[in-house]
Amino acid sequence: MSASTTSPATGLAPTADASCGAPAQGLPLPPSVDLTKETVISGVVTAGDQPVSGAYVRLLDATGEFAAEVVTSAAGQFRFFAAPGTWTLRALSRAGTGDAQVTADRGITEVTLALAAS
Amino acid sequence: MSRDNALVSADWAEKNLGAAGIVFVEVDEDTSAYDAGHIPGAVKIDWKKDLQDPVRRDFVNKQQFEALLSAKGISNDDLVVLYGGNNNWFAAYAYWYFKLYGHEKVRLLDGGRKKWELDNRPLTTEVPTRPATNYVASDPDLSIRAFRDEVVASIGSKNLVDVRSPDEYAGRLLAPAHLPQEVAQRPGHIPTAINVPWSKAANEDGTFKSDEELRALYAEAGLDGSKPTIAYCRIGERSSHTWFVLRELLGYQDVKNYDGSWTEYGSLVGVPVVLGDQPGSA
Repeated sequence: MSASTTSPATGLAPTADASCGAPAQGLPLPPSVDLTKETVISGVVTAGDQPVSGAYVRLLDATGEFAAEVVTSAAGQFRFFAAPGTWTLRALSRAGTGDAQVTADRGITEVTLALAAS
Repeated sequence: MSRDNALVSADWAEKNLGAAGIVFVEVDEDTSAYDAGHIPGAVKIDWKKDLQDPVRRDFVNKQQFEALLSAKGISNDDLVVLYGGNNNWFAAYAYWYFKLYGHEKVRLLDGGRKKWELDNRPLTTEVPTRPATNYVASDPDLSIRAFRDEVVASIGSKNLVDVRSPDEYAGRLLAPAHLPQEVAQRPGHIPTAINVPWSKAANEDGTFKSDEELRALYAEAGLDGSKPTIAYCRIGERSSHTWFVLRELLGYQDVKNYDGSWTEYGSLVGVPVVLGDQPGSA
């Protein structure tokens, strides 16, 4: 669509109409992301050492309130852009559920989120 | 309004797959989920391509909406059941559009795509073909849409409900935490707005909480049911979810969605902004 406002090359949209939808997971970090400023929490959801695709992963703040939710990629990957501090990751899937606490600072914090059958 | 004429359960939906006069519509910003598998018989609406004007910042006008629904094979008297990912945010946004353009019978699927998947209900990649219709929309019902001047004039008089996460409300984050944080707007919230994150209205599986829980939620947060209410978030889809709760489930009379939301308000010159966890004063 020639009038599209999103660049296919970069996936970047003008700020004013940038949506709030969760993007596809498992893609490389966009080159515009400055890791001296962003606090990236990323990782993989697993069940019995196998990655779980299509799991719903939410990020909860220090009070337990929802901050964001994404669906894991084919390789089980997820990624959030948070702020320095303590967060909880919570995964829901047909393969089970799982929780993990994470303390993150600027840069990338990697987490493995293991599911247990629910 | 009430739950019965605004919402359908996944059980009801599964029993009514393929029923005459019922059209399931999956709505999302990223429609790759639809392409990988959707509710049998469901058509897709792409929030960005189908519902937003491609040039100006606004949504589709009456004629564009009529053309879209006609092409999708949706008739004026069809019962439209909307669902999607992202906890039904974009489906709720579409529900608000359908109401704005006067569609009578529209419902949201409780729990959306997430509950459907977690319940292991059927999905298909088969794309239905529906004969085109001649859909006729009403003029937009602006009693459910707020614009910026009304929002600024409402500070300290109407209920303003900021449905973003507490960190976005306070100005500690500028966007939901699945997106990079560098954006042009000033952080913070509209003075006197209460913060009731959309997520407090939903269970973990995406279904809505009970009417009793929802009434208690907004009462405790300080919403005055005798006053008009304007809900906002960052671009207007999470606040559609809360608009749906307040007007369609709980039956508050005068509830508007401010779709300009923080990406507009936070860029306005000269308007007041409050930082931190307290609503602030007018």
